[in-house]
Amino acid sequence: MTTSNGTAQKGLAVRLDGVSFSYGEASFRFDAEFADGRITAIMGPSGSGKSTLLNLIAGFEVPDAGKVLIGGTDLGTAPPSARPVSMVFQENNLFAHLSVEANVGLGRSPSLKLGDADRIAVAEALARVGLAGKEKRLPRELSGGERQRVALARVLLRDRPVLLLDEPFASLGPALRDDMLDLVAGIHAERKMTVLFVTHQPEDARRIGQDVAFLDEGTIAATGPAEDFFDRSGPDAFRRYIGDRGGTVAGSQHIARKRT
Amino acid sequence: MRHAPSDSRITAGAVALAAIALLIGGAFAGLAVEGAQDLSGAVAAFDSYLFRVARFTLWQAALSTLLSVGPALLVARALSRHPAFPGRRLILQLFTVPLALPAIVAALGILALYGRAGYFAGVFAGLGGGEWPGIYGLSGILVAHVFFNLPLATRLFLEALGTIPTDQWRLASQLGMGARPAFRLIEWPVLRAALPGIAGLVFMLCITSFTIVLTLGGGPAATTLEVAIYQALRFDFDPARAVVLTLLQIALTFIVVVALTRLGANTVGDANLPVAPRRYLSAGRMESALNAGLIALALLFVAGPMLATVLSGLEADLGRLAGEEAVRRATLTSAGLALLAALLSVTLSLALIAARRALSLRRRAGGAMGLLEHAADTGAGFVLVVPPIVLGAGWFLALRHVTDVFAIAPVMVVAVNAVMAMPFAIRAIRPAYDAASERHERLCLALGISGWNRLSLIDWPSLRRPLATGFAFAMALSLGDLGVIALFGSDSVQTLPYLLLARMGSYRTADAAGLALLLGLVCLMLVVAADWLGREGKS
Repeated sequence: MTTSNGTAQKGLAVRLDGVSFSYGEASFRFDAEFADGRITAIMGPSGSGKSTLLNLIAGFEVPDAGKVLIGGTDLGTAPPSARPVSMVFQENNLFAHLSVEANVGLGRSPSLKLGDADRIAVAEALARVGLAGKEKRLPRELSGGERQRVALARVLLRDRPVLLLDEPFASLGPALRDDMLDLVAGIHAERKMTVLFVTHQPEDARRIGQDVAFLDEGTIAATGPAEDFFDRSGPDAFRRYIGDRGGTVAGSQHIARKRT
Repeated sequence: MRHAPSDSRITAGAVALAAIALLIGGAFAGLAVEGAQDLSGAVAAFDSYLFRVARFTLWQAALSTLLSVGPALLVARALSRHPAFPGRRLILQLFTVPLALPAIVAALGILALYGRAGYFAGVFAGLGGGEWPGIYGLSGILVAHVFFNLPLATRLFLEALGTIPTDQWRLASQLGMGARPAFRLIEWPVLRAALPGIAGLVFMLCITSFTIVLTLGGGPAATTLEVAIYQALRFDFDPARAVVLTLLQIALTFIVVVALTRLGANTVGDANLPVAPRRYLSAGRMESALNAGLIALALLFVAGPMLATVLSGLEADLGRLAGEEAVRRATLTSAGLALLAALLSVTLSLALIAARRALSLRRRAGGAMGLLEHAADTGAGFVLVVPPIVLGAGWFLALRHVTDVFAIAPVMVVAVNAVMAMPFAIRAIRPAYDAASERHERLCLALGISGWNRLSLIDWPSLRRPLATGFAFAMALSLGDLGVIALFGSDSVQTLPYLLLARMGSYRTADAAGLALLLGLVCLMLVVAADWLGREGKS
């Protein structure tokens, strides 16, 4: 539902209906609904199925049984590129031999046939993520954070109603990670897409997460508003996972501030 | 309800496999039809001559293996004990040259050195008294096989020694281990583990050796199955005998390949230069002297024929040769056929590599490989079981009823050489392809980049170098090959190796030496280029 003047399409709800999937020894079963236009932090121990959940929604994996629905439509075996989804990975989001402009432009045309209008759109997207003027650079000439910004610029250009983030900022330093999260939150404020992001950092979830989904042993163990998760009433398994340190992250900062 | 989307890579792989199957199947069909038509002739071909040839094939291969692998083990150990001395790198590089050198060029180099009129003839005559008869026959075959396989085995053993963890050396030095216990406790276990694979590979190369036996064998007393096939077709024209010889050759190579796979051998042979890790044990004076002697002997043995090739080549009237119409035609033919063969080889290899990758991505972890994936994985290995001369013989027999076999020489040379070079091309390309796919696969899926777009925008830029490596290597192999052209060559279609063989046959030794120098240099340059391209691509 992209309109001609470039205003974004709104998010679509993501629903997993009795989805089961097995990979080698591990097996997963997902039943969940992610409301449209919300930002959900996907958390859970290693091997709990966070990435698998995203891969099933994105179409990199096909369920053994059950349905993945986006906006009420069963996606069946639609290939990843045909789904209303963009995904940013932890790494390898860019083709190393292609310029920044080409890497973003691929979001418009997989054969890289770009018209003038497309080039302008690419430049605008790059400006929005803070990379104006870096069109001709190669990925190796960029920092890790800048590379992920390029990937976000492509997300802007593709303008899909669902955005999946598979720990794309995990290898960045804390300050840079906050910047990137704020960028995602800013893009979300403009586009209102449905965002699912995997993270190991409670601070990340607290910073931009509106909801939290907690995965444990191949299934979604708990979901709910983020604030419920981070006070003392959060699910036990979740509190064990983040480590009950006798206070929240903000709380410990508070104590630290008092002492000075 | 797992549904797999179609992938053009899998289709391409299936087409490539079909092409290879056609090439091999056609040869077998030719053999089968011929054998069925003349069953009594085929049965009659099981005579004492056949058994003598089979016995000699195995005997020379066993001796060659023993003489190559034994010394190689010692030389490799000597080299690994001295990880840094001036010229070490050069020696190792020199040891990669036989891989590039066409067999016929090496054969000429060996003749120029040890032959009846070779540089050493005078010395040998003085030593033995009387005229030096030259080293035709078994001795010639053995020298040539050791020339090729001693350096190969040395590099493979050295690679095995390189896998010893540095910590073990550190520990040995801390415990004050001398050379002998260090060999027994640290080096020998690794060498022993590598030994069956390396010996098997050398044995395999020696029972399928054609050119060496053809040029240095001399007479029915020293003939192997492959050469006997060639003679049965080109000289005696005895198709029934050719069929039986071919079947025997296939059975023999099949048994060896199966045994090799059991032993976990590396059936292609590696072209990598091993990098010596830091050593914490230094060799004593006595050991150092012994090692230096060993290395010097191996160096002389390997460098000798190369030097002889260059020297005798320079004695030839190169200017006249270059002006000769026949030489020019053969050069052009060789270049054209080798280019086409290399192109075909790289294309087929890429198709198999891509299909294998696509199939393994589609398969889940822990799932079993399908038939197609197995075929894409090992398809090129069939060529090892069916040597080029066997393929050539099968098609020769099949096509002689239908067409003029000499007219289709170019097609046969290109097709068989292309398939023959595939194991090497695949080795050059596959790691790069799989690594690129690892980085790009999900991104291409997510952005819908597939088919031609993917090939031109994504795969080609990241695979250019490994493809060029595979291409150069395939071209060098094809340029130097004598197997197929020996069967199909004629006055109208001559390649450089064929012309070289013809000049040797008519005792125009100087011409042959000049041509050998030319051919050797071109192949060497190609392989150096291949190596350089591969190295740059890795950084």
